[in-house]
Amino acid sequence: MTTKQNAREVILESGIPVKAVFGPQDLAELDWARDIGEPGQFPFTRGIHPLMYRARPFTMRQYAGFGAPEETNQRFKFLIANGQNALNVAFDLPTQMGLDSADPLAEGEIGRLGMAVDTLADMELAFAGIPIEQISVSLTINAVAAPLMAMYFVVAERHGIPLTDVRGTAQNDILKEYIGRGAWVFPVEPAIRLIGDTIEFCARNVPKYYPVSVCGYHIRESGANPVQEIAYAFCIAREYVRVGVARGLSADEFAGRLSFNFDIFGNLFEQVAKFRAARRLWAKIMSDEFGAQDPETMKMKMIAGGGGGGLTVEQPENNITRGAYYALISALSGAQTMALCSYDEAFTIPSEKAALISLRTMQILVEEIGLCDTVDPLAGSYYVEWLTGEMEKRVRAEMQRVDSEWGGIVEAVREGAVQREVAHQAWKYEQGLQDGSIPKVGVNRYRVDEESPQVELHPYQPEQAERSIRRTAEVVSNRDAHAVAQALAHLREAAVTDQNIMPATMEAVRAYATLGEMTKIMKEVFGEFREPVGL
Amino acid sequence: MSHPIRVLIAKPGLDGHDRGAKVVALALRQAGFEVIYTGLHQTVEQIVEAALQEDVDVLGLSILSGAHLPIAGKLMACLDELGLRPLVLVGGNIPRLDVEALSGLGVAAVFPTGSRFEAMVDFIRGRAAGSRAEQEGEGANDHEAECA
Repeated sequence: MTTKQNAREVILESGIPVKAVFGPQDLAELDWARDIGEPGQFPFTRGIHPLMYRARPFTMRQYAGFGAPEETNQRFKFLIANGQNALNVAFDLPTQMGLDSADPLAEGEIGRLGMAVDTLADMELAFAGIPIEQISVSLTINAVAAPLMAMYFVVAERHGIPLTDVRGTAQNDILKEYIGRGAWVFPVEPAIRLIGDTIEFCARNVPKYYPVSVCGYHIRESGANPVQEIAYAFCIAREYVRVGVARGLSADEFAGRLSFNFDIFGNLFEQVAKFRAARRLWAKIMSDEFGAQDPETMKMKMIAGGGGGGLTVEQPENNITRGAYYALISALSGAQTMALCSYDEAFTIPSEKAALISLRTMQILVEEIGLCDTVDPLAGSYYVEWLTGEMEKRVRAEMQRVDSEWGGIVEAVREGAVQREVAHQAWKYEQGLQDGSIPKVGVNRYRVDEESPQVELHPYQPEQAERSIRRTAEVVSNRDAHAVAQALAHLREAAVTDQNIMPATMEAVRAYATLGEMTKIMKEVFGEFREPVGL
Repeated sequence: MSHPIRVLIAKPGLDGHDRGAKVVALALRQAGFEVIYTGLHQTVEQIVEAALQEDVDVLGLSILSGAHLPIAGKLMACLDELGLRPLVLVGGNIPRLDVEALSGLGVAAVFPTGSRFEAMVDFIRGRAAGSRAEQEGEGANDHEAECA
């Protein structure tokens, strides 16, 4: 009667059954030199640098931005003053969709979820007094990444930084926007062409810049399990590498400047194994499929952070604890950069206090508990190594399924197959939460009746929106109208032909063309995406 | 008489968070309703037009950007203008403080993040039949959605 007491079945979110005890026999097929190797060496299972955090801890890069550029500039300075060493810019929805603040479709959304940017003048204000030669800046922008990157490059020039020295990252991963996050504008093919233009332009002119950050993150936040998160992101990344190669670049000339953005909530060991497996698999893909020679090209560089999908509106203070565990996952996984969702983020734009708690969580991890003392401390664990192998196998299989069942990731996105898969996965997960088979503290375990939680809501400030609209009107009335018209004509010409769009975009940005004007031209030439809505 | 309840799940505005909308659409379909999903980035006019064309009993708005009050206000005015009276539900990231304001606009119920499927299904079963009868009684379906 008692012998079955411990036979509780454990199946990870990725569908992997877990035994109660693992031992050496589970690693019988493992070849340590071939599969694990040394940190900083192929296949990079243990990390992409020989000394990892012993040489330099992960970069801390909280996502921030709201209101008009002045407010965002203040938050940036606050984070930097408190020890943050990189920035990740949040843009409001109108900016992400290429709409000016004065556009009727922007009403009610200006500055709400990020900073509102219409012209170069806004970007200049956002970075006024910020030492961007020392602080690497990441732009969370996708459909209209080309104009926003151009704005940032011009701002950098005006800070005295030549293009060849500009550092930073653009998210610029449009394929995942169709799967999760939803800030798409153009149809799939021209959107991929724009990615190609930015990759090519950066490879030839801004060599230290990371033009694309491929995001499994939002795919997972939309419902994908950890295996699917990596598999779909790698299918997408592979597509971008093909696009770059089609421009006449070799993988070694640009692919090392593609980085990744992954999610950290869920089962600790499953996530750590996910990242170790992903590093190993990406290295093999780059070397086997694309003939990369340079180890830099094979290194999967990542921001592993967020964890929003694991946070709850119930008992929000518990999210502080969750954030700490998620940060631990990220650090045990050898992330290059970390960001943490704040405890109030299920409700609102994080308050200054909540943002600071997230930053301090990461700093405590670095300073106090010994995480940076030795590289890849979980290596050699029977369970972790076995699970790493299992994750790699399953990611490969899912990537194959994308190709064989859905005709590749581009077709899967255009037709909606991957969106449907992810939505059904989300539904299954939600059913698990509701029937309690997926435990969640405060939700289906230890639930309490709560009054309105004590979270300070970020107010929407119409006067900031008005300020944005007024500033742009002023910029437009003071600019050289002839130069703008000419630059926009060049932009149209580049869009219609197959010229790289970036030089004409830079010209339009310098002439203070608005984001809306530039996007309108691209919409006229490229059309707009028609979402497959079947569930 | 026993026609299936028809539900439109709509994503108004620029907000791209569609996980909740899709999950709710799948759950309501499972419960036996006929569910139509609009997809992202719909204007209020497009949503009202879809509600009219699809002749729905229930209109569920999913909003996570924080812009629920202006959007719901505009939608209710637009429905009013056309004499359409589907049961309007709002889901998403809705602070408790705003629930009363949404009710004041004529929203029948608010299902914030974390709401249970069965609560939505029960509410719709209890209320949708009545709402449809009311609407048919007024024969308001001949208009086109053109409200500004």
